[in-house]
Amino acid sequence: MAIALVLVLVVVGSVLFHALSPWWWTPIASNWGYIDSTLIITFWITGAVFAAVVLFMAYCVWRFRHKEGNVAHYEPENKRLEWWLTILTGLGVTAMLVPGLFVWNQFITVPADATEVEVIAQQWQWSYRLPGADGKLGTSGSHLVSPENPLGVNPDDPNGQDDVVVEAADLHLPMDKPVKMLLRSIDVLHDFYVPEFRAKMDMIPGSVTYFWFTPTRTGTFEVLCAELCGTGHGFMRGIVMIDTAEDYATWLGEQSTFAQLSAPEQVGAAEQAVVRP
Amino acid sequence: MVDVTPGAVDVIPPAEVPEVELYHPHSWWTKYVFSQDAKVIAIQYSGTAIAIGMVALVLSWLMRLQLGFPGTFDFITPEAYYQFITMHGMIMVIYLLTALFLGGFGNYLIPLMVGARDMVFPYVNMLSYWIYLVAVLVLVASFFAPGGPTGAGWTLYPPQAILGGTPGGQQAGIILMLVSLILFIIGFTMGGLNYVVTVLQGRARGMTLMRLPLTVWGIFTATVMALLAFPALFVASVMMLFDRVLGTSFFMPALVEMGEQLSYGGGSPILFQHLFWFFGHPEVYIVALPAFGIVSDLISTHARKNIFGYRMMVWAIIIIGALSFVVWAHHMYVSGMHPYFGFFFATTTLIIAVPTAIKVYNWVLTLWRGDIHLTLPMLFALAFIVTFVNGGLTGLFLGNVVVDVPLSDTMFVVAHFHMVMGVAPILVIFGAIYHWYPKITGRMLNEAMGQFHFWVTFVGAYAIFFPMHYVGLVGVPRRYPEIGEPAFITAPVENLNAFISVAALVVGFAQLVFLFNLIWSIWNGREAGGNPWRATTLEWQTAETPPTHGNFGKELPVVYRWAYDYSVPGAREDFIAQNDPGTGKAAVGLA
Repeated sequence: MAIALVLVLVVVGSVLFHALSPWWWTPIASNWGYIDSTLIITFWITGAVFAAVVLFMAYCVWRFRHKEGNVAHYEPENKRLEWWLTILTGLGVTAMLVPGLFVWNQFITVPADATEVEVIAQQWQWSYRLPGADGKLGTSGSHLVSPENPLGVNPDDPNGQDDVVVEAADLHLPMDKPVKMLLRSIDVLHDFYVPEFRAKMDMIPGSVTYFWFTPTRTGTFEVLCAELCGTGHGFMRGIVMIDTAEDYATWLGEQSTFAQLSAPEQVGAAEQAVVRP
Repeated sequence: MVDVTPGAVDVIPPAEVPEVELYHPHSWWTKYVFSQDAKVIAIQYSGTAIAIGMVALVLSWLMRLQLGFPGTFDFITPEAYYQFITMHGMIMVIYLLTALFLGGFGNYLIPLMVGARDMVFPYVNMLSYWIYLVAVLVLVASFFAPGGPTGAGWTLYPPQAILGGTPGGQQAGIILMLVSLILFIIGFTMGGLNYVVTVLQGRARGMTLMRLPLTVWGIFTATVMALLAFPALFVASVMMLFDRVLGTSFFMPALVEMGEQLSYGGGSPILFQHLFWFFGHPEVYIVALPAFGIVSDLISTHARKNIFGYRMMVWAIIIIGALSFVVWAHHMYVSGMHPYFGFFFATTTLIIAVPTAIKVYNWVLTLWRGDIHLTLPMLFALAFIVTFVNGGLTGLFLGNVVVDVPLSDTMFVVAHFHMVMGVAPILVIFGAIYHWYPKITGRMLNEAMGQFHFWVTFVGAYAIFFPMHYVGLVGVPRRYPEIGEPAFITAPVENLNAFISVAALVVGFAQLVFLFNLIWSIWNGREAGGNPWRATTLEWQTAETPPTHGNFGKELPVVYRWAYDYSVPGAREDFIAQNDPGTGKAAVGLA
């Protein structure tokens, strides 16, 4: 008997916790509101199924609990009922899958006007590279990494000379401009994760992965690594600041290009940039 | 009425082959240590699995102490924390759940339930256990190796798993882990072939496949899957071992570690993930299907009602088993694999929800108009349904590719898989132990201790893992020894984490009561008799309890009906044993 009551309490408690507890996702700061919507749809459908199944079970336990003289009903199968339940489940699943795939298609279709920004991860810090005036990133590779060229930018590629290098410092991005994040790692797996952007993707040494988003409000957001990358994983954090167009231009003007950093007389400045907190 | 319950006695063909002479041991060593009796091997497997499981339990306490009270315990460094989570995960999934369900329950129940004297290859079966034991010892050795066990996470993703930035990566930890896995798979294969061949070839006369209890169907299908899935882990382990020891580059691209160019080049880290999850996803069902089968029998027996939709249940098990081989990359939606894979794997993953849901409906419909005895096995079965439904439904979040993006690698995932493949199957294990303990020992487990154990475990486990989903929803990533107070956190999670940790400690200690009960009841439990639950399946019809070597005395049973003749109208009792030759409707009851 107690079990029937506890089953009801599990449902009531879960629903109340969901509705009343303060723990909920952080306000969104990107265009991926659709992802939040699919999450909400999934919550409604799964919540209803959970409540229905457990409450029905509680009723059965209470109603058909053993009493002297009770005899169970003998009914091995009921084709009609089984088909109905299968069809209903199929419909529920479809109602979640179709919007999900629709949004996934948007997620993986990068708009043509997206600016490319490269994120370079290594144990355990974040660096960035932005295309210079030519709008193109130069080629790069792990085999080119050296103390003078920590991001492994190809020094022979003319496209890379004007690339803006932001080593182990904050990234700034302009608001309302779609951006394609090119993700690169020079050592192990990492994952560029900003909870407010909703998007994340692993970074694989030897490959370039990506995701895209459009920042929708200004602010300072924390970058976390979301793929276990060794002892410092939990402390591999960084900052992304979403700026207005003017603030962004100011920040960009203060940054150094790859050519500036690799010129011999500029080495001192590059080292200063490295130790900047 | 349908033909799953033949009213008239089928013609039972005479045995085609004479009985094989079993090897009968004479010394204490060959009877109880190097035994070839599946029942002894089952107990050896279970004892070893539970012992190593206790290590995993203690590790979970340590990690919860860190998460609930970060900064309080100086000895829990990030290195130690990663070692705790890695070893906890690997032990629970492989060395406890897989070993206990297949090596433990499989060995004990398959021969008894199908009406065989033993497994078909008893000697290989014995070897299976001893190799498993060596695998466990190698695993334990890594705790004492220089540098300690590996801290690569139970998924062991390269390149970090074999590099210096990860605990045990450049020391013995990862090597011992991989060697132990390789040994485990060799040992499992020996046992697994036994389980499959015994079900296919060792059944009693009259035991058609569609008369098998669902327990056997679950274990059988899971074993077939394991025989197909474990080789992927086997090759992945061997290849990674080569990368680590011989300097090959199967999984290692050119990379720079801490400013130093390593000599690796050309390998693919993501190849390892594909191999790992080609094993890893079926592994979820390798654990779940035996639980599905067992819980079906627990519900049917203790509700005194035939399992609803038996044939549908069998087909659902088989369909789930088959589909589970084409969903693996839903663990890799944000791994950087080709994004188009997302469409395919989200679709297959959500399709698998349909047969799974059918199983849930059928369990619940078995309760409908039943005669529900709220025994301990039934209570655990009910608790299983709640936690499994909960964990299964959150799987619909994570399986639906774009919904997974914000949740992937957060505590939501940790909560989900603990609910669905941790708590739920373990509740079935408990229910099964309360159910079959009287057959194994001849005595009942103590009821009062059992009730305490049930309530603390069920309510406590739900209190641990339900709120944990919301820690992930807030955005807290998994595998963080502490999150601190980053700006994205809408409400501080420290209190919630502390609550979860306290609940985890309480639930953990309740398991000590259970262990005490297991030992105490061997001598002090109430005498059970041969068939205390008045169940239909063959293991309850043995001449002796506990069954002796050879299981069934002089004559093997002959099977006349399915396993679910409970409360048949007109029958003298509310169950008819499978080997009862009575004609069902006008049953004569037990002879």
